[in-house]
Amino acid sequence: MEKTQNNKAWLFVLPVLVLVAFSAVIPLMTVVNYSVQDTFGNNVFFWAGLEWYVQVLESERFHAALWRQFLFTGIILSIQIPLGVAVALAMPRKGWGVPVCLVLMALPLLIPWNVVGTIWQIFGRVDIGLLGHTLFNLGIDYNYTQDPLDAWITVVVMDVWHWTSLVVLLCYAGLVSIPEAYYQAAKIDGASRWAVFRYIQLPKMHRVLLIAVLLRFMDSFMIYTEPFVVTGGGPGSATSFLSIDLVKMAIGQFDLGPAAAMSIIYFLIILAVSYVFYTVMTNVGRER
Amino acid sequence: MALELIEVSKVVGGQPHISDVSLRLERGSINVLLGPTLAGKTSLMRLMAGLDKPTRGRLVIEGRDLTGVPVRRRNVAMVYQQFINYPTLSVYENIASPLKVAGADRPTIEREVHKAAELLRLTPMLERTPLELSGGQQQRTAIARALVKGAELVLLDEPLANLDYKLREELRAELPRIFQESGAIFVYATTEPSEALLLGGKTAALHEGRVSQFGPTAEVYRRPHDLTTARTFSDPPLNVVQVDKRDGRVRSPDGQLDFAAAQGLADLPDGAYKLGFRPHHLHVDAPHSAAVAVNATVAVSEITGSESFVHVDFGAERWVAIWHGVHELPVDSEIRVWIDPARVFVFDLNERLVVAPTRAQAA
Amino acid sequence: MARIDLQGLAHAYKPNPKSEQDFALKHLDHVWQDGGAYALLGPSGCGKTTLLNIISGLITPTEGRILFDGEDVTALPTQQRNIAQVFQFPVIYDTMTVYENLAFPLKNRKRPKAEIDARVREIAEMLELGDSLNRKARGLTADAKQKISLGRGLVRADTAAILFDEPLTVIDPHLKWLLRSQLKHLHRRFDFTMIYVTHDQTEALTFADKVVVMYEGEVVQVGTPEELFERPAHTFVGYFIGSPGMNILPATVEGNRARVGNHEIALQHSYRSLPSGTAKLEIGIRPEFLRIARGGEAGGIPAALQSVEDIGRYRIARARVADREVAVMCGEQEEVPADGLHIVFDPRRVNVYADGHRVEGEV
Repeated sequence: MEKTQNNKAWLFVLPVLVLVAFSAVIPLMTVVNYSVQDTFGNNVFFWAGLEWYVQVLESERFHAALWRQFLFTGIILSIQIPLGVAVALAMPRKGWGVPVCLVLMALPLLIPWNVVGTIWQIFGRVDIGLLGHTLFNLGIDYNYTQDPLDAWITVVVMDVWHWTSLVVLLCYAGLVSIPEAYYQAAKIDGASRWAVFRYIQLPKMHRVLLIAVLLRFMDSFMIYTEPFVVTGGGPGSATSFLSIDLVKMAIGQFDLGPAAAMSIIYFLIILAVSYVFYTVMTNVGRER
Repeated sequence: MALELIEVSKVVGGQPHISDVSLRLERGSINVLLGPTLAGKTSLMRLMAGLDKPTRGRLVIEGRDLTGVPVRRRNVAMVYQQFINYPTLSVYENIASPLKVAGADRPTIEREVHKAAELLRLTPMLERTPLELSGGQQQRTAIARALVKGAELVLLDEPLANLDYKLREELRAELPRIFQESGAIFVYATTEPSEALLLGGKTAALHEGRVSQFGPTAEVYRRPHDLTTARTFSDPPLNVVQVDKRDGRVRSPDGQLDFAAAQGLADLPDGAYKLGFRPHHLHVDAPHSAAVAVNATVAVSEITGSESFVHVDFGAERWVAIWHGVHELPVDSEIRVWIDPARVFVFDLNERLVVAPTRAQAA
Repeated sequence: MARIDLQGLAHAYKPNPKSEQDFALKHLDHVWQDGGAYALLGPSGCGKTTLLNIISGLITPTEGRILFDGEDVTALPTQQRNIAQVFQFPVIYDTMTVYENLAFPLKNRKRPKAEIDARVREIAEMLELGDSLNRKARGLTADAKQKISLGRGLVRADTAAILFDEPLTVIDPHLKWLLRSQLKHLHRRFDFTMIYVTHDQTEALTFADKVVVMYEGEVVQVGTPEELFERPAHTFVGYFIGSPGMNILPATVEGNRARVGNHEIALQHSYRSLPSGTAKLEIGIRPEFLRIARGGEAGGIPAALQSVEDIGRYRIARARVADREVAVMCGEQEEVPADGLHIVFDPRRVNVYADGHRVEGEV
């Protein structure tokens, strides 16, 4: 890459650096500060060392939340990525259908998180919701406020509805950039539909897929608003994902120390997993 | 006014892209950068434009050091291989755009645009949009825009490469006239020797980031300083053969080529040399009595209508001969070809030119 | 390989074409012999790509039929036509090795492993790709990638024809020579039917046995390079082929004499019965067949010298004769007098055109 040519550039970047420092680095340091101290109020702090970390890492509650989190992220990735690719492949590549499909796909992405949550919260209610009521009338015993499995299904379906579009749009952008000659050459070579996907479309989509997986991983790992609005983390703690659990602990119980330690652990996990994902996927790309 | 590059180098990620280039480009001159892909033509132009900063060396214009000055504050215009115009603006507005940016008044814009359009034969198309034009007209619009900017330095990076053959030929013939009327410093990158010759002016032969020679185009063509320059400046490729000079005779290692050293060759000390000669100086029928004959094997022959290109193998060397008229030679047949010693470039083992063709000098 | 018959082909991109103008490809009947090398040559928009797409099956023609070895394939999709194609920009499968790329068409057709291996190795050897079989295709140079594209067509034993769509666009001039001669060599050895689309006359003429010149959706001439060069059937062919193109001068013709302005030019043949109703009569002669009269030589036509372009191995003198510009090809060392220039026409090389079409003289 090119070296910086003009030191004045730093002047323009400076405000952003200051902003990032205030909005990210300083709060993060505060959290680190909390995570190694204990307090009984009145701004009196005691050095606690790594005690909170040990406590959090050993607690069953954390283990359960972490496991739920990985399960959730695993499920939605394994649904959204293949589904997104499939929808992108099925979308038209020219004609009037293109703008129509693009707008339809973009719609769920334009809805605010808490509204998505509210929509599904109402949608699934047995008394007034279209989905819940219909299922009830069909004789299916569906109740996301009581049954953990129903709660999970609702949250997963909601996330798929909300976020698959992002994967679709990314993959679609990758697909339309493939020159027509590739498809023609594949036809001439007698390639099957699968071979075209495997040897032309997939390699050309590889980069955008990497971005899609990363984005969806990080986003789903930090999911908070929608399940909070729909299930409030319940029934019991069935849908208490990491961030919900964290907030419960920090605000509900005001256990600042363990909550801060948990935040740091949570942050490190996302960082580590993203890094591993990125390295593995770029290496796979290079090998190919 | 002149633009000077003083020992300019550019290293990117440990890889030298440009090495020790010194050039002096005069005002009102056409300067061709000639070399194959990746020779460093575009890198050099980016340095001249100020898009990149040299790792070492300086750029000076009229005694003013330009090295650290960013592109926006230099007075340069660029034309690319791709036809870059504003697709929604008319040809008129496209050409007018740099003047508008500079804040020129309406009558000035009107006058300048019409002048440039006249020069580039775009007057009938001024109201159209670029997409309604042919490739040649689109590129002419881009050139017109570069000209009205009144830049002191106009850089053209293979501007004709994406055009149809005939359009290229027409525009190529017009460009020298257009350039002469402008008075700016023109730098023109191309991979094609014939384009350099047609544009005239000066040529810098580029090879692996180095300028192997810089001088008047015809002189670089007729007296290349080294084998690299001669190869760069030959299309079809230069024919080369390694020889030994001993006891007044010049011989190829297998003894196939063997003739008495005359003229320039006679004065050279004994030792190993490389002979280079252009394809139109390799003859399939004897040109005159002084020519030297050797046997070679036909690899392939191509016909262009008026001429035939005969590719032959001489030992490990592949040569091309241009032969007037239509001749079909069977592949793998043995033929005799003639070399005129008076038309031969002689290079020493360091590939520096030691003797130029005596006949060419007489012209 | 196969013989290709084009019967009454025509194509319009708009539905319900009414006038001639609606057709991108006008009525065409043509036979391409098995094992022939054909070039489709013309400027952008002349219909050559449309024709290529009809042959490859990408476009179904509005009218007419296309036969491969007598079998009607008009309605067959690309997959079932057994053609191979090399595109303008290299199309390779990035994630595969060179070997896998070459094996791909055979694997898709479920050929036995041993056969695939033998075939791939044979073709790789032919294309001089043998050393890079295990390398990723992605890292190779543009010319190697184009060879892989060609190789994917050659591995199949049933390939009816190989289509080339301006395959040398992204190749450096020096490598173009090499690739072209290799292709020619392969064709001599294997005799496959080849159809090559280009706007570059040198590529077309050197590649093909027969060149199909197209202009505005019509085939204006089909001929050997020699025929196109010496006897262009239409003034467009004269202009388009040759660099510079043919000199075309308005003239009157009486018997075996032509008059251009006040000057008389001798013709080899007599033209007593010109087509009736001819509106425009012209003579055409190539710059190669014009000569500058040596001092005191009789029979030259006076001309005013405009400019001399130096192309290296020859020069082009541009002069005015009877208010028309005429290009004359001169030797490297030939003298071009600035004053009192006379141009000699070779009577055997003068063609006569009535409304753009060549008229055959009486012997």
